[in-house]
Amino acid sequence: MDHTDHTEHRSLGTYLTGFALAIVLTAIPFGLVWTGALTGPAVYGVIAAAAVIQVLVHLVFFLHLDFKSTPGENLFFLAFAAVLICIMVGGSLWIMFDLHHRMM
Amino acid sequence: MSEMLTIRNDTDLLEEEEHHSLRGREFGFWLFLMGDAVIFALLFATYVVLSGNSAAGPTSQQVFDLSHTAIETALLLVSSLTFGIASLAMDKGHGRAVILWLLITLGLGLGFLVMEVLEFRGMILQGAGPDVSGFLSAFFTLVGMHGAHVAMGSVGILVMIGQVMTKGLTLPVRSRLNRLGLFWHFLDIVWIGIFSVVYLPGVM
Repeated sequence: MDHTDHTEHRSLGTYLTGFALAIVLTAIPFGLVWTGALTGPAVYGVIAAAAVIQVLVHLVFFLHLDFKSTPGENLFFLAFAAVLICIMVGGSLWIMFDLHHRMM
Repeated sequence: MSEMLTIRNDTDLLEEEEHHSLRGREFGFWLFLMGDAVIFALLFATYVVLSGNSAAGPTSQQVFDLSHTAIETALLLVSSLTFGIASLAMDKGHGRAVILWLLITLGLGLGFLVMEVLEFRGMILQGAGPDVSGFLSAFFTLVGMHGAHVAMGSVGILVMIGQVMTKGLTLPVRSRLNRLGLFWHFLDIVWIGIFSVVYLPGVM
């Protein structure tokens, strides 16, 4: 019935596009840190932005997530995991750095 | 004639059942991956909290080598592409090509593991083992956890090469290969976090 489920939207083109984008998004932060072209908080900003975009690139081009063919519950649990991660990671960092600050 | 029809309906029913069961497993595997992502996220948080606590031991600038990390990153990224090509060969039903590309992926994965073990060994020999400071405990836990996943994924690839060779590209084998592919691509996503959170800020 749906044995073509995965095959329709994956092709060599999608993998190669994802691969090329991933190389660019990896090269940018590595190059910046390597050459020391940027310093200070700006570097962290670029690294974070490149990482987030690259995760999205991998999800779309390698894991083939999209709003049409991916089952709704899979996307729901991805969003749920993302919310959990934000609460737990954000909360841990907030509390620990606040504590660190107060102990100084 | 009518008997033939019933038999065909039974096979249809069986196939439908099998599809249903495999869909359930793919969803279950997705839930496992999301849970695994939460575990990794918490190890990342632990690392960020502890990364400054080097307790008079070596700091991250002294123990990290960015070119080593760049090669590891390249190995994993290329292995993601070669696994993708194996999946495409599977869609076309080319069993031999699947085995060939899985072997290449396995080689890249093992190359990554060798580099990681060499890095860990070098760090421990120069007095930067996991028992030295909070920073190093968190580093070995996070990066070692990812390495353990890659090792399990490599075992999975080996098993799937065996299954494709003995069983051929049957429906369950293809479903397992798809799930292993999800796992392998997921590990590459975790590695993006590792070089962005651990290595790049660590050498600055």
